[in-house]
Amino acid sequence: MTVMEQRGAYRPTPPPAWQPRTDPAPLLPDAAPYRVLGTEAAAQADPGLLRRLYAQLVRGRRYNAQATALTKQGRLAVYPSSVGQEACEVAAALVLEDRDWLFPSYRDTLAVVARGVDPVQALTLLRGDWHTGYNPREHRVAPLCTPLATQLPHAVGLAHAARLKGDDVVALAMVGDGGTSEGDFHEALNFAAVWQAPVVFLVQNNGFAISVPLAKQTAAPSLAHKAVGYGMPGRLVDGNDAVAMYDVLSEAVRHARAGGGPTLVEAVTYRVEAHTNADDDKRYRADSEVAAWREHDPIDLLEQELTARGLLDEDGIRAARDDAEALAADLRARMNQDPVLDPMDLFAQVYAEPTPQLREQRAQLRAELEAEAEGSH
Amino acid sequence: MTTVALKPATMAQALTRAMRDAMAADPTVHVMGEDVGTLGGVFRVTDGLAKEFGEDRCTDTPLAEAGILGAAVGMAMYGLRPVVEMQFDAFAYPAFEQLISHVSRMRNRTRGAMPLPITVRVPYGGGIGGVEHHSDSSEAYYMATPGLHVVTPATVADAYGLLRAAIASDDPVVFLEPKRLYWSKDSWNPDEPSAVEPIGRAVVRRPGRSATLITYGPSLPVCLEAARAAEAEGWDLEVVDLRSLVPFDDETVCASVRRTGRALVVHESGGFGGPGGEIAARVTERCFHHLEAPVLRVAGFDIPYPPPMLERHHLPGVDRVLDAVGRLQWEAER
Ligand SMILES: Cc1ncc(C[n+]2csc(CCOP(=O)(O)OP(=O)(O)O)c2C)c(N)n1
Repeated sequence: MTVMEQRGAYRPTPPPAWQPRTDPAPLLPDAAPYRVLGTEAAAQADPGLLRRLYAQLVRGRRYNAQATALTKQGRLAVYPSSVGQEACEVAAALVLEDRDWLFPSYRDTLAVVARGVDPVQALTLLRGDWHTGYNPREHRVAPLCTPLATQLPHAVGLAHAARLKGDDVVALAMVGDGGTSEGDFHEALNFAAVWQAPVVFLVQNNGFAISVPLAKQTAAPSLAHKAVGYGMPGRLVDGNDAVAMYDVLSEAVRHARAGGGPTLVEAVTYRVEAHTNADDDKRYRADSEVAAWREHDPIDLLEQELTARGLLDEDGIRAARDDAEALAADLRARMNQDPVLDPMDLFAQVYAEPTPQLREQRAQLRAELEAEAEGSH
Repeated sequence: MTTVALKPATMAQALTRAMRDAMAADPTVHVMGEDVGTLGGVFRVTDGLAKEFGEDRCTDTPLAEAGILGAAVGMAMYGLRPVVEMQFDAFAYPAFEQLISHVSRMRNRTRGAMPLPITVRVPYGGGIGGVEHHSDSSEAYYMATPGLHVVTPATVADAYGLLRAAIASDDPVVFLEPKRLYWSKDSWNPDEPSAVEPIGRAVVRRPGRSATLITYGPSLPVCLEAARAAEAEGWDLEVVDLRSLVPFDDETVCASVRRTGRALVVHESGGFGGPGGEIAARVTERCFHHLEAPVLRVAGFDIPYPPPMLERHHLPGVDRVLDAVGRLQWEAER
């Protein structure tokens, strides 16, 4: 018989010096993802918001298609598509005020564009002309982050610093389901909760980390459940329901702004296309699974609601598509121009002041380029 | 002796074959990492292993490099031989804590009671047009950590032989795979795998008399091409492939430099604080009276790895090597 099995011998209550700080019940996520579209609650949603979300979703879908086409033409080195995840991307950008900060991962180009970054600059990393094409301070968007989950502690630090300065700023940080296994994810959540930092963590659970399904990533009932152990609320939401996403994220932002501390939001969604154009998703999943998720498309869900409420007709749909088409045409035209590159940029920003060694190397490269130019004449 | 028909195989296939043969020969060999199972790894280097040996021996882990290597430490403590894959060079960094604080020094801490036979496979280096964090040359960090072997093949046969040796080693081995050579082929025969190479021996890939090019991994093909091109200038270059950075084969390297009197180290990681500095110092210490010129280095610039559209300006190519060879001559005639 183990100690646990002996009646009365095992004392589940720790000695008085240690007390749990809160009743975990309010922190626990709902059993099923929060949904608005297709329920009666949808009638309460503000028509202006619905239209704004719709326009952005349609633009996002078109942007995804255009970027994917650009990889086929060799204009982009790689593109991680977010088709099917547009509602998460758009909501993440729209719930933030100008003064707030967004911390995206490499898949979150759409959120970055929806926040106002130039679509071409948002693709610089993936095109390969520079690592970050925009000035993070200008739009308050951190660089697209490739190492998984490493941007999360940055978001916590920034939000904490803003609060220390007395600024009313919230940071929203995005990560995938796979990224939640990294140590940085756990450390970020813990810091945020201990410091009560105004941060919203948005996990896009799109089913896979490249080929690895969620079941091999975690044994938790949901990723949102992970919040409870750190002492912050966890929220589970249908990531294909743009209105639900907007609701839950804006509530989390309000909570953070009001001094309530961080929230972990898990958006249940699906990566409809392969991990990137370099991936072969046939190796790890069935077409039927993908097809089933295409039926639960974020744009269709919102379009049905708008049409049913008489907020959208053929003209409205056409207008949204025309707007998206213009975005795509502009993107295509500008991406089809070769970027102007200066190899001397290699040395430009390694340090505030280049070291003597870098100056030497710069001179070496300049001489090489001049010799190359001579040779080609 | 029968001659076998040689089928071309890629370096990636040779690596797969090495793991397969090691797993078949020794039930304690376990492969693990991100996407190594169903997908066969993002470079397909573990292709088929999960199918053949089951998911317990070729395991898709949660996405956590520190966890993967930390778990490998425990597995090795209990008698297994883990072979872990780090998906890309820069994604091994979260595992540095485990590597440096535990993997490298467990034998020493435990006075030999607890050696760790772990192989850490790291695809490394640039030249494949990868976006940020997919092209680092991290060998200097590993070399600076006592207790680790650091190995890097440049040929298909060595990919097989050295990986077998790494897995068989009772010490931890950081096995650096030059990813731009994954698809390179030579006449290695997958049906007649080559002998297991002992770790720690360099090899002369091309004999010559004018100067020695000391190199490894992704820079070997560059040096061989430079040596061919140099013939036109009347230079007869010897090319030494280190194969193993730790342990370092002073003997082969110095024997070559003593013959030629001139040495140039070529690698794509940054030069400052890079492997070339150590190598140049060793050669100078041992061959000073044979040297007719200072030992020179051709390395990547001392910058964070650049975006793909600019990487050709960063990577040491044939011209930069030839230019340095010219300076070796000049230094001698001064
Ligand atoms: C630290 C680190 N390890 C490995 C990788 C390689 N990698 C890039 S994306 C990816 C899968 C990520 O999956 P998930 O977090 O679920 O995000 P998703 O791609 O599904 O949006 C992996 C393993 C990486 N970028 N960073």
